[in-house]
Amino acid sequence: MDLILGNAISWLFQPITAAYALAAIGIALHFGFTGLLNFGQAVFMAVGAYGFSISVKFFGLGFWPAVGVAVIASIAMAFLLGIPTLRLRSDYLAIVTIAAAEVFRFIVSTTSAQPVTGGPQGLNQYSEGFYAMNPIPVGHYKFWVWDFKQDDLFAIAVSWLVVTFFAVLLAILIRSPWGRVIKGIREDEDAVRSLGKNVYSYKMQSLVVGGLMGTFAGILFVLPTSVQPGNYGTTLTFYIWTILLLGGASTVIGSIVGAMIFWSLLSLTGDLLSTGVDNGTITFLTQNQVGAIRFMLVGVALMLLVIFRPQGIFGNKKELYFNA
Amino acid sequence: MPSQIAIGAAVPGCAKVDPILIADNVRRQFGGNVAVDVEHVEIPRGLITALIGPNGAGKTTFFNLLTGFDQPNSGDWTFDGVKLAGVPAFKVARMGMVRTFQLTKSLNMITVMENMRLGAQKQPGESLLRALIKPLWKRNEDAITARAAELLTRFKLDAKSDDFAASLSGGQRKLLEMARALMTQPRLVMLDEPMAGVNPALTQSLLEHIRGLKNEGMTVLFVEHDMHMVRNISDWVIVMAEGKIVAEGPPNEVMKNPAVIDAYLGAHHDSDLGTEKQAKGN
Ligand SMILES: Nc1ncnc2c1ncn2[C@@H]1O[C@H](COP(=O)(O)OP(=O)(O)OP(=O)(O)O)[C@@H](O)[C@H]1O
Ligand SMILES: [Mg+2]
Repeated sequence: MDLILGNAISWLFQPITAAYALAAIGIALHFGFTGLLNFGQAVFMAVGAYGFSISVKFFGLGFWPAVGVAVIASIAMAFLLGIPTLRLRSDYLAIVTIAAAEVFRFIVSTTSAQPVTGGPQGLNQYSEGFYAMNPIPVGHYKFWVWDFKQDDLFAIAVSWLVVTFFAVLLAILIRSPWGRVIKGIREDEDAVRSLGKNVYSYKMQSLVVGGLMGTFAGILFVLPTSVQPGNYGTTLTFYIWTILLLGGASTVIGSIVGAMIFWSLLSLTGDLLSTGVDNGTITFLTQNQVGAIRFMLVGVALMLLVIFRPQGIFGNKKELYFNA
Repeated sequence: MPSQIAIGAAVPGCAKVDPILIADNVRRQFGGNVAVDVEHVEIPRGLITALIGPNGAGKTTFFNLLTGFDQPNSGDWTFDGVKLAGVPAFKVARMGMVRTFQLTKSLNMITVMENMRLGAQKQPGESLLRALIKPLWKRNEDAITARAAELLTRFKLDAKSDDFAASLSGGQRKLLEMARALMTQPRLVMLDEPMAGVNPALTQSLLEHIRGLKNEGMTVLFVEHDMHMVRNISDWVIVMAEGKIVAEGPPNEVMKNPAVIDAYLGAHHDSDLGTEKQAKGN
């Protein structure tokens, strides 16, 4: 039992959780504050993951230059998606982002791209430069039921540092006059235009900044693991949306807590079910079905939450009354 | 009096002594329907001009075209000598030509005060990088807030300052939109039915306020169906029907113009040109 609990609790601070939280903060800026429907946050994450890992493996760049390449690629992606769509109704961005994410995933996973992107197998072993910066002495660090290596601790610390940095950045931005214009655009872009603001430019800025958050999330996501093209499908985007809505779309802290709850719940239900199957208390499931069932259970839990607390955990209920 | 505003007789499209806005051959077609077809019109500077006409006359569409919210099929117009055709809406607003909307556009999920601050121009904190450093925009923000508070008091919205705009009534939203437009410190303010839904007691003080704008040197162009109000505050009246300018002149003369009576009665017979009301009122 301690192990199951320990597992679930460890998901509160895993680098993966941090990555999802950061990607969700990005769409909080897009959707929650600017009203942009980005259904392709996966593509910004993929740009981060591939931009970084290809730079290291294929071009032999060091850690920081590789991060720089990912950042430039992310900005280019935002312009590519934004230029044709941001003058149009918000639905167009939604369609284009979702399509771009799928196109990107197909391209990187084709076998002809294998020498660069690793094709269907993806890429691994590009993190030496990152771990070389680890100041924590080599060894095993044991707390309660956990046993971390120095590199695990480093990845956790760096991930949450990056999340904190962007969360604070966004909190400052949305409280500034810039944030006021952004929120105005969410409410009615023509009104904001009539007050002399270049709405198109602000939407582009929001797309770039939120996309960059997705890109850094993509890098955090792959640093401790490997790059798998299959990870960047629409499900990734929808998990991030789930996290966003769970925490409350127009909040910053909501994305972080949302990611923690999402991953702990997933781990907890999975572990409880498979223990049940193992010791015979659950007879109607096989071990293989547990993986699918836990997503269904999480889905039900989220539905309940959305029904009984539609504004998300940290959202302001007033906002919903008025929108209705 | 009229001789001081128009050059020569007050005929449709007549030249003005000191025009701030001049439009030529502005035409906008929706499918086969010609919504606006204005050959020539000039708006006199520093005065209050009313743009009237029956429903569907093209008044709102004309506003949209002039302010860059819609593109005409053809036409040219200048504001203070600057050509505006093809200039995007936000630049038109920055030049000092600001409009409100017939269907109110309050920014619901931000507060009344934030709505007002959004109208301010040249706030450095609206740039992404400078937004991060509060000392760069704090002083501007304080000045903007003080100005906004003053306007809100004048529009009797000061008590609502920290509420979401969504909590305002329809009339209060009209007031907020007008106050917000004034935050931009325009030279020409274009109001599309500013009094629709505003209660009579407040209308009176709003009329005073619009006169106040004129005294501050602003030019006002407004669309209004309430002829009583048109008579009351406008210096000049322009009448549109079926997309065209059909009459112009000082309020009292325009109301007697057969073309105007035609335009109104032709469109809907129960319309009241304010003559009756005026008679009863006095
Ligand atoms: N977006 C549009 N698409 C098609 N037709 C339009 C559009 N906007 C306006 N029209 C048409 O153009 C004509 C003029 O409309 P407009 O809204 O300018 O009238 P208005 O003078 O402002 O009327 P009201 O006093 O009722 O506000 C109408 O016949 C209307 O049906
Ligand atoms: Mg209209």
